[in-house]
This record gives sequence, structure tokens and C-alpha cells, in this order.
Amino acid sequence: MNLRGIQAIYIYEMNRSFRTLIQSLVSPVLSTILYFIVFGAAIGSRMENISNVTYGAFIVPGLIMLTVQMQSVNNASFGIYFPKFIGTTYELLSAPLSFVEIVIGYVGAATTKAFSIGLIILATSYLFVTIDIVHPIFMLFFLLLTCISFSLLGFIIGIVSDNFEQLNIAPMLIITPLVFLGGSFYTIDMLPPFWQNFALLNPIVYLISGFRWAFFGIGDVPILTSIFFILLFTSICISIIWYIFKTGYRIKN
Amino acid sequence: MSEIISVKNLVKKYDSDFIAVKNLSLKINHGEIIALLGPNGAGKTTLISTICGLTSITCGSITVNGFDVIKDYRKTREIIGLVPQELALEPFEKVINSVKFSRRLFGKKDDVEYIENLLKKLQLYDKKDNIIKSLSGGMKRRVMIAKALSHNPKILFLDEPTAGVDVELRKDMWNIIKELKNEGVTIILTTHYIEEAEMIADNIGIINHGELLLVEEKNKLIKRMSVKTLKVKLKKSLSTIPSKLKKYNLKLIDQGNSFHYYYNTGKEKTGITSLLSDMNQIGINLFDIQTEETSLEDIFVKIIKD
Repeated sequence: MNLRGIQAIYIYEMNRSFRTLIQSLVSPVLSTILYFIVFGAAIGSRMENISNVTYGAFIVPGLIMLTVQMQSVNNASFGIYFPKFIGTTYELLSAPLSFVEIVIGYVGAATTKAFSIGLIILATSYLFVTIDIVHPIFMLFFLLLTCISFSLLGFIIGIVSDNFEQLNIAPMLIITPLVFLGGSFYTIDMLPPFWQNFALLNPIVYLISGFRWAFFGIGDVPILTSIFFILLFTSICISIIWYIFKTGYRIKN
Repeated sequence: MSEIISVKNLVKKYDSDFIAVKNLSLKINHGEIIALLGPNGAGKTTLISTICGLTSITCGSITVNGFDVIKDYRKTREIIGLVPQELALEPFEKVINSVKFSRRLFGKKDDVEYIENLLKKLQLYDKKDNIIKSLSGGMKRRVMIAKALSHNPKILFLDEPTAGVDVELRKDMWNIIKELKNEGVTIILTTHYIEEAEMIADNIGIINHGELLLVEEKNKLIKRMSVKTLKVKLKKSLSTIPSKLKKYNLKLIDQGNSFHYYYNTGKEKTGITSLLSDMNQIGINLFDIQTEETSLEDIFVKIIKD
């Protein structure tokens, strides 16, 4: 395995984030703080507790998920799209690197960034609310798996995109609505019966539910269902990436 | 010299059904400089791309240093450096970091001394901490070469390395290429500048419509294909070529005041003595004689047209 090659991509990508620290770190943290102020303090103070959890604390897992999913997708998609855009993918393709190594480099960096942001948001939330995490190890594991799976998705988006518009379409028009409607700010049983069934078609519901279970021991769906969904989603992304590299789709002529 | 690259019956067909390379076979030896000449769209870049792993192969096989470029891609790619046609560089990165990144991609440890020497050789050392975006086009081209050489490759592909480069820099590039050859690097370059091929290549390959029309040692090719023109200025003009001189295929010019005689220096006899003797016999007196030599460019144009 070309470990130095993986390390090179990983460090290069991480350095890119450090060069744009405001965009990479400050921006998502600031957005989340605003969510806390609006939904946690202003509106949350007038909301009833949900399953004995204050509304301000209740939205913490959802807010973390919302941010890490968007960050994973954005970081990974831009990470591979930019070399495509400026034409430097020739370096990756002509180097003794397997597709697995290229993916580990890019997805690893995107995962690290998103995971770090997730932890920073969690730390920030302690400034606003009191949280006792019921399953902390599982919470970290689930957060990491979410970052990996959405970074894989971002990598796919970056590969198939032909321009910046396409690069932004999937995160803006598909992922953002699914994340907002995935129970970040409410439980599924708060919806009318028809929309409850409809919401279960949204894969993000299972991820937020699983993550919330790690925090408070409660979830919209059983935890095993959440684990199954995240593993299924990860497997689908890996399969698509494997196909892309095997066929050279949008990478090789 | 032993063979380092072998291309056998290579076919590259794109999704649009366009066949860029048609059943092409080519052998390149260790330590030589081969210039691939051909018009735009001839298949030169596609050929290079298939060897380097940028483009998939439709049919045929390629080996580099005895290893298959698909099955043993790690072994083949680690000895290849590629300078593509386009200036493709991360604009916000420092020169030194960009070169180090390229070396690391090839799985090599950092080697500060090697990288610094490389930058000095390419006259980039003073710019090592500059952001790539701030460099001139010529300097960017040098950075591309530094990146391609960062892992000390045995084979270097240069896809039109001097396109859009000023004369001075072009000559610097030629010197760099010659230095690399002296260090034992095998160099494959594509170019539109025939003069470039004439100056630095050992062998010439001519590609057109995806087919390799010829590969030959440059000097032999020039000698074999070279046609010299003897321009004979006459004391008295001629209206037609006399029958005794018809066998020389002369071409009357300047309203019959001169004629051209074409001869091949590669042949044992040029026919000049015999021509002058026959002219003397039939009483045609010459006033002046000039010779012109065919360039590689003329040979290239002739082969492409044929």
C-alpha cells in the first residue's frame, strides 16, 4: 500500500482547510451558534420538554448531524472536484496509487474535518445547554460513521459533477431538505400520521434517530435499524465509488 | 540499448466511437529521446495518456520496463514522470510544497537535497516559496517539469513542453532535456516544432490519424528522405527541356532562365556530374549554381501528405 501517497493527499487536503480556516471552521460553528440562539434559547424556552429532555438539548444531536453531513459532503466533493476543475487529476492517475488509496486520502481528510467540526459544535453546545451523553463511545462511533458515509457521498458528487452548479445542486436541493426534514428539530411522532410514514422514507431520519439515541437513549426508530441504515448507506457509496474507478467513469477518458 | 517501453497493437476508441489510436505498435529504448510528431488530433497525447494510466486501453498491450501498465501499474508508474500539455497546477500552493506533494504521491520519502537541487537546475530555487499563481507561464512550465521529475523517474513524457514558450526558455528547456538524457532518462516528447525535434531527438516517430507512419533514427531519416535541390541559372533561356536532359526530371523556372534538379544525398550517385556533362555536350552553358537542402519539416510534411 502507498501509505506516503495517502498521507500526501490527506495532508494536502487538510492544509487547504487551514488556508481557508474561516470558511472551513468558523462558518459552520457560527451557523450552529445561531441555531442554538434561535431554536434553543428564543423558541426553545417556550417549547415543552421532549421525552424529559429540554428542547435546547434535544436539538443538539440534530444540529451536529445537520452540520457534519453538509460539511462531509462539501469538503469531499470540493476536494476531488477542484483537481478535476484545474486539471491536476493527471497527477493522481499517473501516480502509483490505487483507487482505494485515493479515496482514503480524500475521504479521510473530509471525514477528519467534519468530525472535528462535529466535536467543536458539541463543545460549543455546552455553552448553551446541559447535556449528559448516555452512550458516549457509541456517539463518537456513530458520528464518525456518518462523517465517513457522507464524505463518500461527497466524493461521488465531486466526481460526477461537471461544473460548480452541479457540485452545489445535490447538497442544496437534496441533502439540505432531507436533513431539515429528517428530525433535526423534532421527533417523527410530532408529525401528523401521514407525514410520519412519509418521513420514514427519508434515510436521514434513521441517522439522526441513531445519533439522538446515543445522546439520550431515545430515538424515532430502534437503534439497530439506524445502524443497519448507516451501514447500508456506506456500502452503497463504496459500491458506487468502486464502479467509478473500475470503469474510469468521469475520471479517465 | 535495451527496450524500456513496448506498445503492441494498441487501439483506443472513445465513447463517441472516435478511434484515436489504430493498432499502433512502438518500441522505445533506454536512454533515448524520441520525438513524436503529428498534426493536432493525430493521437500523440492519447498514446502518452494510455502509457501513463490517464486513459483506458480499448485493445492491445503496453509494457514499461517489462511490466504491464494495467496489471503492474505501480511498478510502471513509479518510474514514469509526466508533463502534460496543459498548465495544470494548484494556483494557491507554494512551488516547493507542490513539488514535494508530487514526490510523496509516488510513495517516496522527502528528500530536501534532491528537491532543492532540482529546483536549482530548473532555475526555480529563488521562487520556491512563491505561490504558483504569481508565476509567469514559463515558470509554471518549469514547475510542471519539476513535479514530473520530483520522484527521480527513469522515463519522462513531455507533451508539447515548449508550446507557448518564448525562444530563450525553449532553448533552456532543450538544455534541460539534454542534461536529463545524459543522466540516463528516457524522454518521449510530442511537439509541433519540427526544429525542436531536429535539435534534441535521437529518434523521430510520425503519427497521423492514430497510426504510426514511421519511427526512425533522426539522422538516418533525414539522410534517407532528404532531397537536395540544385538550382542552375543558365546563360541563355530555354523554352523547353531538351530531350537529352528529360531523364533528369528538371523543372524550368524564372521564364526558362533557370531550372531545378532534385537529387538524394543518401544515394550513391547524385547525378550532378552526369547532368553537367550532358549539358556541356548539347551546348547549354550555365551561369550560376545554388543548392538548397530539405529540412525535417519538409520531410514531415511530405510523409503526412503521402
